[in-house]
Amino acid sequence: MKKLKFTKLSIAIVSLITVIAIFGACSRSGRNKAMVESDAAEKVYVAPGTYDEFYAFLSGGFSGQLSVYGLPSGRLFKVIPVYSQNPENGYGYTEETKPMLMTSHGFVPWDDAHHPDLSQTNGVPDGRWIFINGNNTPRIARINLKTFETNEIIEIPNTGGNHASAFVTPNTEYVVAATRFSVPYPQSDVSITDYKKFFKGAISYIKVEPGTGKMSIAFQILMPGFDYDLAHSGKGPSFGWSFFTCYNSEQSQTLLEVNASKNDKDFIAAVNWKKAEEAVAAGKFKTMNCNYFHNVYNDETHSATSEKLTSVKVLDPKDVPGLIYYLPTPKSPHGVDVDPTGEYIACGGKLAAMIPVHSFTKMKKAIEEKKFDGEIDGIPILKYDAVIAGEVKDCGLGPLHTEFDGKGYAYTSAFITSEVVKWKVGTWQVVDRIPSYYSIGHLMIPGGDCAKPWGKYLVALNKITKDRYLPTGPEMCQAAQLIDISGDKMKLLLDFPTIGEPHYAQAIPAEILMKNNQKIFPIEQNKHPYAAKGEKEAKVVRDGNNVHIYMTMTRSHFMPDNIEGVKVGDNVYIHTTNLEQDWDVPHGFAILGAEYSELLVMPGQTRTLVWRPKEVGVYPFYCTDFCSALHQEMSGYIRVSNTNIPISYNNPN
Amino acid sequence: MKTKFKILIVISSLLLITSYFLPIWYISLDAPQYPEGMGMQIFINDIRGEKEHDLKNINELNHYIGMNRIIPDSISELKYMPFIIGALILLGLIAGISGKKIMLYIWMLVYFIIGAVGLYDFWHWEYDYGHHLNPEAALKIPGMSYQPPLIGSKQIMNFYATSMPDIAGWIIFGVFFIGLAITTIMIFGKKKEV
Repeated sequence: MKKLKFTKLSIAIVSLITVIAIFGACSRSGRNKAMVESDAAEKVYVAPGTYDEFYAFLSGGFSGQLSVYGLPSGRLFKVIPVYSQNPENGYGYTEETKPMLMTSHGFVPWDDAHHPDLSQTNGVPDGRWIFINGNNTPRIARINLKTFETNEIIEIPNTGGNHASAFVTPNTEYVVAATRFSVPYPQSDVSITDYKKFFKGAISYIKVEPGTGKMSIAFQILMPGFDYDLAHSGKGPSFGWSFFTCYNSEQSQTLLEVNASKNDKDFIAAVNWKKAEEAVAAGKFKTMNCNYFHNVYNDETHSATSEKLTSVKVLDPKDVPGLIYYLPTPKSPHGVDVDPTGEYIACGGKLAAMIPVHSFTKMKKAIEEKKFDGEIDGIPILKYDAVIAGEVKDCGLGPLHTEFDGKGYAYTSAFITSEVVKWKVGTWQVVDRIPSYYSIGHLMIPGGDCAKPWGKYLVALNKITKDRYLPTGPEMCQAAQLIDISGDKMKLLLDFPTIGEPHYAQAIPAEILMKNNQKIFPIEQNKHPYAAKGEKEAKVVRDGNNVHIYMTMTRSHFMPDNIEGVKVGDNVYIHTTNLEQDWDVPHGFAILGAEYSELLVMPGQTRTLVWRPKEVGVYPFYCTDFCSALHQEMSGYIRVSNTNIPISYNNPN
Repeated sequence: MKTKFKILIVISSLLLITSYFLPIWYISLDAPQYPEGMGMQIFINDIRGEKEHDLKNINELNHYIGMNRIIPDSISELKYMPFIIGALILLGLIAGISGKKIMLYIWMLVYFIIGAVGLYDFWHWEYDYGHHLNPEAALKIPGMSYQPPLIGSKQIMNFYATSMPDIAGWIIFGVFFIGLAITTIMIFGKKKEV
């Protein structure tokens, strides 16, 4: 009897443990599976033959590139090479594109690209260009949105880590840059412990020519040696001003994690760029020597050129009263975002538990009434209470960035609590929140930083991926999430993987870009000095040790395709021109033994590969892009000799 | 001839002037990999692509089957056509202004002959392009020819080819039928009213 009782008890206990274990395991495996509404699939499904509503441009982060996605599908269309060599199409390898990556430090084939910003007219994206910063080797690139190719890169001198960039003013008058790491100004051999004495922060304004988009550094402003982090331009009433966040007002140079987190408040620098323009026009600048490169690509010569520049105009805030004011902002501020009306300036704080929102009207009043709380290097600090419009409480921990939907709401990413928080502009009340997977950095609403947002979707750009996709070893894709913001409640629609690390992003309605999209390069406009614009012009010319091959490509042959007379030690310049004038008929070129990437040549374009054969032999070359039914037959040979054989080649034309 | 017929003949003849600047015929080619379509338009003195580079791209594709390149300058008919249409307009105007029945009949006869010969000539060019292929061509299919239809549509390999009169072509047909109708009335209508 006793034995039976014991058995029953044992069975009961084992059963109980089993049930608890199963429940526990189930709840654990499901703990991060977000609830998705049943109509989510329908909302992101773009049926075959139809198009996405928006083009989205996500920064490639440490890939150095810019990626192009469709929204709402989350499909990747293109990776635009900007700062990194791209063997897929030869960018940064070909003679034509190598100059794009020249800097004062030499040829730099990589960068860390953070913040894309579309060109604007009247505060609204116009679809002409998109700019993106290079953080490590301070640069700004301009991408042409007709061809989706990088057309210009300008280096920013006197800068260490171009992070608060590349944000435009409302009519693309300027694109801004600022130093994340203050450096000796000008660069010099000083002790790092002398930081406070020698280190300065530079804010740069890069003028953009309205027609061509050509960039030039209009002026730099010499700022106290803080770390300038992010920026956005004023608009409407605040037109003519830019706002830059800065941290490390402690000016420490070691263990910033602790030492730069001591002050309760750092600053937003409000810069009156209209006043700066006047000061420059009035000659209140100093000219400083420095070295930086300006690289421009030409769509007619299909080639880039590099120019070395040696001076910039520098304004000192001490010489221009009223140029800059500091707005005290709590806890290591990060993002600074201006609402569509231009009145409110919302500020993220990496360690903050609330979002301070400054009022531009109050700022102007505080300046008039001189409500100052001291000054730093001639820059007045405004009183916090005199400029603050409201504080968004219960906003999650570590609010970083804010975008707006144009309907009176703001959406802030909270990194530490991994969520998006929706709040009402004016009442500063949180009205909704949704988790992100995981640890959201930036977020983006199409036009969400401009005067007229298209507030339908929000893209969360997350820093941690973990278990969201099929695992691919220790190194994983990055993660973005699409959230529907058309209703009162935010709804998660889609996860999609991204390249590099998506920092900031931009999006624009598809029809604005589609109508200007270029399909081919007209061959008659090709002004490349080594172009062969028809098979009659195909030839091979020896010039000392250099052999120039003017080669044409068309379906499905090269002209010429048999070349003899090349010698070991020659520099063989293979200039390939794609004669096609049909959409989506690129040809490729690769030759055995070349120490470069391939060439990928668009219709009407010319691209050059330099080949230095080291041994005698006959070397095959072929088309690498499956162009036609007889693509496999699109090939040829170059004979390399040790003796003097005259140049010969076939060209029946 | 009644004044209203005379006016109708004059207006119809003048309508033929449109053929100097509007396309007479078109051949369109549709294939899966050409979602935007390709085509040629035949003008009185020229053959043009429907879009800027269509003719070049059609020639590019045709070289695989060994078809001769379509080079407008080498087609002599395109040089005569403006004069032939000019003669038709002139004959029509003479018929209309003079009001003489015999001139109308001559106009119609010449019109018919030119039309018939023209269509035969067009068919002949199509036959020639479709059958006289370069024996060195990459793509050879025994027994296959690539002649587009005279009027109508036909599947030729991956292309769905359609050949039809374009605006000026329809006007040329229309003017002919107006002339034919008036001629019929002249011949079979009530004699006393003439």
